[in-house]
Amino acid sequence: MSLLQIKNLNVRFGDPKAVPVVDGLDLSVEKGEVLAIVGESGSGKSVTMMALMGLIDAPGIITADSLNFDGKDMLKLSASQRRKIVGKDLAMVFQDPMTALNPSYTVGFQIEEVLRQHLGLSGKAARQRALELLKKVEIPAPESRLNAYPHQLSGGMSQRVAIAMAIAGEPKLLIADEPTTALDVTIQAQIMELLLHLQKEQNMALILITHDLAVVAETAQRVCVMYAGQAVEVGHVPQLFDIPAHPYTEALLAAIPEHSEGAERLATLPGIVPGRYDRPQGCLLSPRCPYVQESCRQQRPGLDPKAHSLARCFYPLNQEVA
Amino acid sequence: MFSFIARRLGLLIPTFFGITLLTFALIRLIPGDPVEVMMGERRVDPEMHAQAMERLGLNKPLYAQYLDYVGKLAHGDLGESLRTRESVWHEFTSLFPATLELAICALIFAGILGLLAGVIAALKRGSLFDHGVMGISLAGYSMPIFWWGLILIMFFSVHLGWTPVSGRVDLLYDIQPKTGFMLIDTLLSDEEGAFKDALMHLILPSIVLGTIPLAVIARMTRSSMLEVLREDYIRTARAKGLSPSRVVFVHGLRNALIPVLTVFGLQVGTLLSGAVLTETIFSWPGIGKWLIEAIGARDYPVVQNGILLIACLVIMVNFAVDILYGLVNPRIRHQR
Amino acid sequence: MTTNTPAVAVDQSLLYPSPYKEFWQAFSRNKGAVAGLLFMLLIIFCAIFAPWVAPHDPSEQFRDALLTPPVWLEGGQSRFILGTDELGRDLLSRLITGSRLSLMIGLSSVVMSLIPGILLGLLGGFFPRVLGPSIMRLMDIMLALPSLLLAVAIVAILGPGLINTVIAIAVVSLPSYVRLTRAAVMGELNRDYVTAARLAGAGLPRLMFITVLPNCMAPLIVQATLSFSSAILDAAALGFLGLGVQPPTPEWGTMLASARDYIERAWWVVSLPGLTILLSVLAINLMGDGLRDALDPKLKNAA
Repeated sequence: MSLLQIKNLNVRFGDPKAVPVVDGLDLSVEKGEVLAIVGESGSGKSVTMMALMGLIDAPGIITADSLNFDGKDMLKLSASQRRKIVGKDLAMVFQDPMTALNPSYTVGFQIEEVLRQHLGLSGKAARQRALELLKKVEIPAPESRLNAYPHQLSGGMSQRVAIAMAIAGEPKLLIADEPTTALDVTIQAQIMELLLHLQKEQNMALILITHDLAVVAETAQRVCVMYAGQAVEVGHVPQLFDIPAHPYTEALLAAIPEHSEGAERLATLPGIVPGRYDRPQGCLLSPRCPYVQESCRQQRPGLDPKAHSLARCFYPLNQEVA
Repeated sequence: MFSFIARRLGLLIPTFFGITLLTFALIRLIPGDPVEVMMGERRVDPEMHAQAMERLGLNKPLYAQYLDYVGKLAHGDLGESLRTRESVWHEFTSLFPATLELAICALIFAGILGLLAGVIAALKRGSLFDHGVMGISLAGYSMPIFWWGLILIMFFSVHLGWTPVSGRVDLLYDIQPKTGFMLIDTLLSDEEGAFKDALMHLILPSIVLGTIPLAVIARMTRSSMLEVLREDYIRTARAKGLSPSRVVFVHGLRNALIPVLTVFGLQVGTLLSGAVLTETIFSWPGIGKWLIEAIGARDYPVVQNGILLIACLVIMVNFAVDILYGLVNPRIRHQR
Repeated sequence: MTTNTPAVAVDQSLLYPSPYKEFWQAFSRNKGAVAGLLFMLLIIFCAIFAPWVAPHDPSEQFRDALLTPPVWLEGGQSRFILGTDELGRDLLSRLITGSRLSLMIGLSSVVMSLIPGILLGLLGGFFPRVLGPSIMRLMDIMLALPSLLLAVAIVAILGPGLINTVIAIAVVSLPSYVRLTRAAVMGELNRDYVTAARLAGAGLPRLMFITVLPNCMAPLIVQATLSFSSAILDAAALGFLGLGVQPPTPEWGTMLASARDYIERAWWVVSLPGLTILLSVLAINLMGDGLRDALDPKLKNAA
């Protein structure tokens, strides 16, 4: 059985009839696997993960057929039962490390807090373990860093601390929500490398939310492409990159600057993501899709198996290459 | 941390001198001849007048008079009251504990209730409780406390007869002032029921004096808490699987307290202003009532140096709050 | 040759609303602020037309009707709707006439501290080397004195009375204007539009009053509202302490001071003046909150 099995996840804000921010999402993650979720801002990547972590408050409404993690349905657990899993087996690293750490407490305190909460460590043992964790995330002079406050650390250093906090409970699944977006370009590769190194070493599953398709191509085993709250294509690397089935995936790949070398302009997908009030009745991409047919405007396609992947399209591309 | 304190201390010195200038000028600004003013209505013959001018140093140039004044202050000489012939310093120190006791009780009342109401209102944003707290605190903030005191006396003392109308303790009890704090002194004395009596005397004045700080603290705590709860590190704390109470109190409140603490410090001035009114209403023998009576009796040495002492007090408290602020907020401590 | 531009139907929703309309929309959404405004309008109406609105002369003593309770209580008389005080004067008439005094004290003390406050604040902001810090030091010293105490001290020196009350309150509220103006000016001075105006050769007065000042007005307007309410409170407190406006002038605080002795017998003489103060101050503060939300969304959660 998969480590994470999401079936028909819907997240809405406000009333139950509001347009869903996450719309019928199906997703699974295997043990020790690296899955990337790509899509433009507002496509529901982060919200999906927040829903899984139980971080969505009222007025957010979460419904799902199942939200299964490690054999337990997260939606059916009580809040206190869920808190035993969140932060231990299921951990998350956030986008902006400079604001993700509490400015009033030392790095050591914030790491030890996780150890106390989930492993029952305290005092010297917790201190020792926190030190080991800082070494694990390759922070120089870890002894002195334990007593440092977040404002004394650089962005890259803060993100390392945040990662140390996340892996403190030796999670089975680590979610990294654009972990490098807020960092300097030179630091980005280091953090990415660290995450993948830890993933291999601890044999944990990693969900990587990102904009950076180059990173995805290098690191992930599988990719989920999201558009307007839906998963439009889920497939393996490198097939998904070589022979995308969904027109949106193709458009995303075409928008990578390297693919447009020699061309007059970068390839773009005309139009904008449908908002609250202009959600089409048919396929969500239909107003922008270059291959649109009449039936696409009438009905929404499901996420069904195609030649190389799952794709939400009536007329998938590249099927004959198989 | 040491250099942080030293820097703040350095800022105090010019402020202190400014205050002495102000209180010095205060007396110079009285219209009319200072000797006649101090001698009261009596007619002063020219010879006595000249003697008084000489004795008070009023015939010297202004800067020399100021230097004299500061020189005396430096020696701890704050002059003596024209009415009682007691030294101002002595009167101040014997009355100050009464004001301090009242102020501490008022702050405890305002602090505990204000923080609690503010935090709960923030957590239940938009609820009936939230609206209620905001409405009541706005009313409290707009309250003429001298009237509020009268209303409370009217209801609890006159109508219900629950609390005494004035003073610190019933005259039946013979309490030796050991610490100056009536609650402690009554506990130390073997008079039965004195402590309870002193406590009953404290309740209404504390509520009256604490009303405005309570309103300010509740409002500030609420808005500060709302702001903090939106921060990323709160999300991080929740993602660690911490209990909601730990998220709110350890991660939220600690940061929300930083601006509240500043407001708390600023309330000391409000508190002393309020003490003047509260002590007048409840005949509470503290420095507020003392000063108002001195003004009424044109007891200028008391007015002048009483104001000086109170100003110094406010400066010291603000200094203490600054230091505390540095302790709570590591970002401030390491900056500048 | 003239080009005829065809009349294009303009979509009204795309036009920017006028700033006044925009302000009013934001302000009127706040029910408390509107209620405060209505109450203040009532008070202002009473103050302006006091001689016509008040049923009696505020100092006329009805010797046959001392301490008459309000009309709805037993023993109340229909000619004294809110009852009479210890000298048989009609309470309602005194409250209505008192509103003139309170509003006047509030208004004149705000004007008297706003103008020098803005000037000092501008100077403090524009001359950050010597003048600015010395002005701020001075303001810090004034802030070190509890506001009511400073006012009491000033009145103690100048002597009690209406004008001295106004002066004392104006002096006390000066520091907050200076600080606010200076902080706003320092913020604006770093903006590009100020640099642009400098480069365009704007002189110092122009920079101060035409370029920078209008952009600092929002917090100042809010502060002026709030200090209007605290001026009314402080004036009443001074009156209560016997240091403000002297009896028999019907000032709300002074009325309370003389009513203290009747606390056991005539609750209305004590309750009503204070209630009037509370409601007026509350109304102004509600308005101030509404103004702040409408004018300066940044401040929404502050204080």
